[in-house]
Amino acid sequence: MVVEDIVKALKLNVFGGNEGLLREVTGGYVSDLLSDVMGNALEGDIWATLQTHKNVMAVASLKDVAAVILVKGLKPDEDMLAQANEEGIPVLGSDLETFELAGRLYALINKE
Amino acid sequence: MKPGSSLFIDFEMKFKYEIEGGNFSKAGNASSAVKKILKQLNVPPSIIKKLVVALYEGEVNVVAHAWNGCIRVDIETDRIFVSIEDEGPGIPDIAQAMQEGFSTASQAVREMGFGAGMGLPNMKKNADVLDIRSDVGKGTVVEITTFLKKQE
Repeated sequence: MVVEDIVKALKLNVFGGNEGLLREVTGGYVSDLLSDVMGNALEGDIWATLQTHKNVMAVASLKDVAAVILVKGLKPDEDMLAQANEEGIPVLGSDLETFELAGRLYALINKE
Repeated sequence: MKPGSSLFIDFEMKFKYEIEGGNFSKAGNASSAVKKILKQLNVPPSIIKKLVVALYEGEVNVVAHAWNGCIRVDIETDRIFVSIEDEGPGIPDIAQAMQEGFSTASQAVREMGFGAGMGLPNMKKNADVLDIRSDVGKGTVVEITTFLKKQE
């Protein structure tokens, strides 16, 4: 499954980092603590968070996550978006709350 | 090393990066630069992944707590040695700082998702050797060693 498949299935917004829409998704991680993501997320995870600042992209890039999903209709800060475009890591958005989004992601990724 | 293994370092390289205290917009730049270099040198991904976690946590600690600092990376034939040295308030009780969940980060820093007291434990988990020395009121030196070959 690639990022674009998840965008379509969950009707996500694509804010930027479109270059990475064909990145392979192998799992998911949900956290708003950057050190938790640094310590525990895996390469290829799709990461759901409510953090919208540039440091999210630094962590996303260092960990090689497939994409970032912002929950609850949140939008990325301008510098986060710029970094996403530079790195080619998609920043996506959902109006769902984290709990519901995580449930749908889990069902989708584990169906594979 | 096994024939055909990808690690191919028969020389030594040194790099140095400055870190600005308080400037979160640049946090991670040094770690990212080091990651790129290690990839180019064909360092095994498992080693890069571990080192990058420790390095980023160290870099963020300087940004969050210190006035300024620098990261030195020595890539040697059998190990990667990273020293993160800062001028800053120092750590009065290193054993306490190493405890998971202990943090002295400001509220603003916590709201960004940093300062959860996971940084130093993450560094310990991902470094083969972690050494921390600190002078209160002067600064801190964190040394991370990652071995490139299995230790006998």
